[in-house]
Amino acid sequence: MSDYLRTGYLDVSDLEFPDEDIVKQHFVAVTECVQEIPCNPCVESCPVSAIKMDGINGIPHIDFEKCIGCGNCVAVCPGLAMFLVNIKEGKGRVSLPYEMLPLPNKGDTVNLLDREGKKVGIGTVIGIRQIEKDTTSSVITVEFDDTSLIKVVRNIEVVKNER
Amino acid sequence: MREIKSHPILHFDRGGQIEFSFEGKKISAYQSETVAMALYRNGLNVFSESSKLHRPRGMFCAIGKCSSCMMRVNGVPNVCTCILPVREGMQVERQFGLGEKPSGVVHFPPPVERKETVTIIGGGPAGLSAAIVFAENGVKPLVIEQNPSLGGQLIKQTHKFFGSKNEGAGIRGIKIAEEMIQKVKKLEIPTLTRSSAFGFYPETGTLGVFKENQYIKVHSDYYLFATGAAERMIPFEGNDLPGVFGAGAAQTMMNIFGIRPGNRVLMVGAGNVGLIISYQLLQAGVEVAGVVEAAPRIGGYFVHAAKLRRFGVPIITSTTIKRAIGATRVEKAVIVSLDDKFNEIPNSEKEWDVDTVCLSTGLIPSVTLLAQAGCKMKYSPYLSGYVPIRNKNLMTTKENIFIAGDVSGVEEASTAILEGKLAAYSILKKMGKNTDVQIDETRRELEKLRSGPFGVKILKGLQEVQYE
Repeated sequence: MSDYLRTGYLDVSDLEFPDEDIVKQHFVAVTECVQEIPCNPCVESCPVSAIKMDGINGIPHIDFEKCIGCGNCVAVCPGLAMFLVNIKEGKGRVSLPYEMLPLPNKGDTVNLLDREGKKVGIGTVIGIRQIEKDTTSSVITVEFDDTSLIKVVRNIEVVKNER
Repeated sequence: MREIKSHPILHFDRGGQIEFSFEGKKISAYQSETVAMALYRNGLNVFSESSKLHRPRGMFCAIGKCSSCMMRVNGVPNVCTCILPVREGMQVERQFGLGEKPSGVVHFPPPVERKETVTIIGGGPAGLSAAIVFAENGVKPLVIEQNPSLGGQLIKQTHKFFGSKNEGAGIRGIKIAEEMIQKVKKLEIPTLTRSSAFGFYPETGTLGVFKENQYIKVHSDYYLFATGAAERMIPFEGNDLPGVFGAGAAQTMMNIFGIRPGNRVLMVGAGNVGLIISYQLLQAGVEVAGVVEAAPRIGGYFVHAAKLRRFGVPIITSTTIKRAIGATRVEKAVIVSLDDKFNEIPNSEKEWDVDTVCLSTGLIPSVTLLAQAGCKMKYSPYLSGYVPIRNKNLMTTKENIFIAGDVSGVEEASTAILEGKLAAYSILKKMGKNTDVQIDETRRELEKLRSGPFGVKILKGLQEVQYE
């Protein structure tokens, strides 16, 4: 593992990723929860029991074969550490939790940010799923050309006044 | 300028506007505000002066635990304005130096006495969860809370909680608080808000409480202290400069009152409080220049750090604040690198342009009333300071005094809720009810939450302070 408690972010090599043929079939959840903390809502939220955890302090492991990419775990995770990835028609897609204002609109071009908040490209917002009734907390899906970025993009920057 | 207009998680129900007088000037305030918040929103930075050296002081804790915002209100000195709700026509002025006795006639009504079965001091997660257990078992406790509203620090926790379903995992703290407060209302549990328990007199077993100008003497068969914790101050040059806040104060300002504490913040300390509040500052539209942490590793949950990093906020370990610079408000802060023995590395200072410094350098259990009551205390670094010695069911060395939540050792809201339940079941057992099953069950839940690496310290601490 990288020294993530010094840097505050994970290296791609720290993480388990699904095989590309699964990612090309449908959205699949990936987890960036690597520390033993007492928390298990993701396990409870999974409709197909694809998330395994050894006790409440365990680390979540996703059975990529079982995962149906519903995104429940992305919506519920208190640590905002769950994401969905997918490759469709040659384009990469990532769904990520977003709790800031302003919210982007569907169709907007946004900056794609990596785990350090650095811009790694631009993408199009293709989905916004509002999680709660009375907040703007949402799961946002972005699409982009460089499919390798599905392992990198973990945040977006809404570009103001672009229209 | 300091008012938050839109927020991704919160809606601010500020109420109508009223006016009060501050040193002869008219100040417009929202009905839901406290005096200090209205003044801060209107641009005031200097709330008081130190009594000897006349150094300017700003608001620091914002929850009635320190004395930085004490002012003269309607002639009465030493009033904590951060927890004093505004009223039309109030006369507020700063007191420079020690307070002077009011010159005119100030009306203090004669003391009243109250006889209670159970009195809970502190209406936060621990106190409220205990109160609910009592009421559900046919005992109506009296809940005493210093702040204008119940819920303690939960009412500003906009993040979703960790833990398991039973403790509300995945639900935002503010929602958990709302549910608990609703339950307390539904169960018609008597509560005294804006009431400070200021002294415990062991000779008579009396708790002294001040509700506004009314002195109340409470005599209770059982006392449950759920008084929480206060923010720890660290020594550095300029640490008393206005604009240096406890991180929890920044959270109170932005998440309860919808006020930005500043424009650009340096956060000191990368424990959970520092990381979570930095993220909440971003949500409030405040720029976070960075988080510095004296230890070589981030102390809070990694996921909280990752949330900040992906917004480009740097977290710099082995680094701390050396100096806050400014005339009457922070204008700059100097940070310095530390070696592995926490010594400053020469010539490693860097100056940052920030107008606010938030300290999230730990909490100290608020144990003074327990010490007054004669409960035996012990220092445990793992529990963040002096805490009462207690048995496994949270009874102190005094038969009728129990503890729950951060006052028993600084932990999480989820464990505070469970400790509140445990203490309530223990007291009910003392009163002759059969609660053995519930006591065992609650203790098991607590054990589960403390079983991971983050619980190791707490378990070590408990070993030092538990007797049986």
